Amino acid sequence: MSTALAGADGPAGPVGAGVDAIVTQGLTKRFRSGQVAVDDLALRVPRGAVYGFLGPNGSGKTTTIRMLLALVRPTRGTVQLLGEPMPTAAARVLPRIGTLVEGPAFHPYLSGRANLERLDAVDATADPRTRDHRLEGALERLGLGAAAGKPYRQYSLGMKQRLGLAAALLHPRELLLLDEPTNGLDPQGTREVRHLIREQAQAGTTVLVSSHLLAEIEQVCTHVGIMSKGRLVRSGERSTLGDVRAARARVTTTVEHATAAAEVLAGLGLSDVRVENDVVDGVLGSVAVEKVTAALVHAGVDVLGLAVRRPSLEQVFVELTGEGFDVAR
Amino acid sequence: MSPAESGAGPSVVERPGTAATTSLPPIARRRGATRRLVASELALVLGRRRNRVLLVGLGLVPLLVGVMVRVTQGTALEGQGPGFIGRIVENGLFLVVASLFLCLPFLLPLTVGIASGDAVAGEAAAGTLRYLLVVPVDRTRLLLVKALGALTFAAAAVVTIAVVGLAVGAALFGVHDIALLSGGTVPVGDSVLRVAGVVAFVGMSMTGLVAVGLFFSTLTEVPIGAMAATVVVPIVSAVLDSLPALSAIQPWLLTHHWLDFAELLRISPDTGTLLSGLGVQAAWVAVFGALAWARFTTADVSS
Repeated sequence: MSTALAGADGPAGPVGAGVDAIVTQGLTKRFRSGQVAVDDLALRVPRGAVYGFLGPNGSGKTTTIRMLLALVRPTRGTVQLLGEPMPTAAARVLPRIGTLVEGPAFHPYLSGRANLERLDAVDATADPRTRDHRLEGALERLGLGAAAGKPYRQYSLGMKQRLGLAAALLHPRELLLLDEPTNGLDPQGTREVRHLIREQAQAGTTVLVSSHLLAEIEQVCTHVGIMSKGRLVRSGERSTLGDVRAARARVTTTVEHATAAAEVLAGLGLSDVRVENDVVDGVLGSVAVEKVTAALVHAGVDVLGLAVRRPSLEQVFVELTGEGFDVAR
Repeated sequence: MSPAESGAGPSVVERPGTAATTSLPPIARRRGATRRLVASELALVLGRRRNRVLLVGLGLVPLLVGVMVRVTQGTALEGQGPGFIGRIVENGLFLVVASLFLCLPFLLPLTVGIASGDAVAGEAAAGTLRYLLVVPVDRTRLLLVKALGALTFAAAAVVTIAVVGLAVGAALFGVHDIALLSGGTVPVGDSVLRVAGVVAFVGMSMTGLVAVGLFFSTLTEVPIGAMAATVVVPIVSAVLDSLPALSAIQPWLLTHHWLDFAELLRISPDTGTLLSGLGVQAAWVAVFGALAWARFTTADVSS
């Protein structure tokens, strides 16, 4: 599968579209109020990926997911899910997709089980003969077996979230679109959701999981896309993203040699060179780290330690979106 | 299919080779899909406690009226009251007619307005609408099923009044030949048919209001707003119907023919009057049904 970096300004081409679970081109939503919620979005999620769809609240993630599912009509642009155009192919595509959109929503006066029965009853493709089996399976899997008979309104936030996930897993799915699935869950519940996502991915399901809390989903993602103010400001494989911002070389030397070390680093072409007591560091850019060692030794600087620090995804996230969490606008 | 497929047999029947240019084979619809969709909707509407309370409330009307008439029988108050109340002591069948007459101006529209105004807006407010649509349920199908649910509830409301009225009327006053409004009598069998006709006409008279309610329901995510707007329509219509200056448009008002059920209690009912009553309802259904469809199939679902 092709996983080349697709930046905000590099629209995904038609090449390899067949292997991508989600492809959008020029996707834009301008609300009647004039607010542009999603701006020229080129999203590409390869099949089999666990795609972390990140961004602060209000950055356009949910509107994007709603457009993917044809709940909201794009002002411009196209959506392809599982290789098929939306909304034209909705009847073929949607039964293959499990969703959690902007939190769970069920009839408060019906039990958890009755709510799942309702969703199954309206599904023209669901087999009524396997209904009980599938319902029990989904409820058990989310640990709701004991609470299945209770009215939904008595559920805690975490139980509601679990029921939403159970509904998404009523059938085996090819694609899961999970919008903030860890919302309202305690750390144990969050771990379980991560486990569930991993399990689904191992079974071959493509997962797009959105969150405004990077740390909660970072570990399960193979790919990451970062939204800010309606635009996809960075996307690609997770392992490459921390690299995109130049890593910093951090040299520990003696206080006397610090100035000399700084001159060597600057001479090599490192930028933003800073000296703090016996520590000198600078942004490596395109300079190979082994050159730094050689040059320092050559210049007679005592090197007591050398480390390369890649900015964490968290730092990239904060840098790109201007914040870690909270509301963007 | 993902390998997580359960052992209970394939949950999806795929028909290969029907889509030459696309990668995804269509997923076959299961037999009885429409029946399950309708049954689920009816269970939702009729199983809801609020709706049952409304039906019980309507059922109380003939009960209270019947008991009131029975208690005042033989006193100076006997036969006092609007419309058909004076006739109930002669014949229990008139309790059905009198109850419908009493409920038509407000209670019945209120009940119908609540059910139809809630149909789509209620699901939108709860957020369940988006999950229905991504199941997926086609929007036109969903709207039709919602209309069916609201119509069924309207029918249940009218039938509740009729059945309770018939039971209470028969028990307290007996069912006899009917002395008609225009004089003359018809035998019991025929009278029951005529009262059944009254019930059917009143039920059909609610269809226009159901369509209006459904349309309002697609406009908002606030069900109470759609309900209130719907209930206001027959009230405004009745007001307009009472202004002589508006006589040109009055035949087309929603409520103009509502009381024409009385035609069925004449020796030879004027079918023209009855049919124009049904025609006006059909027109309202066509206009507001089309508006509801146009709105619902294109609206952004952002609730």
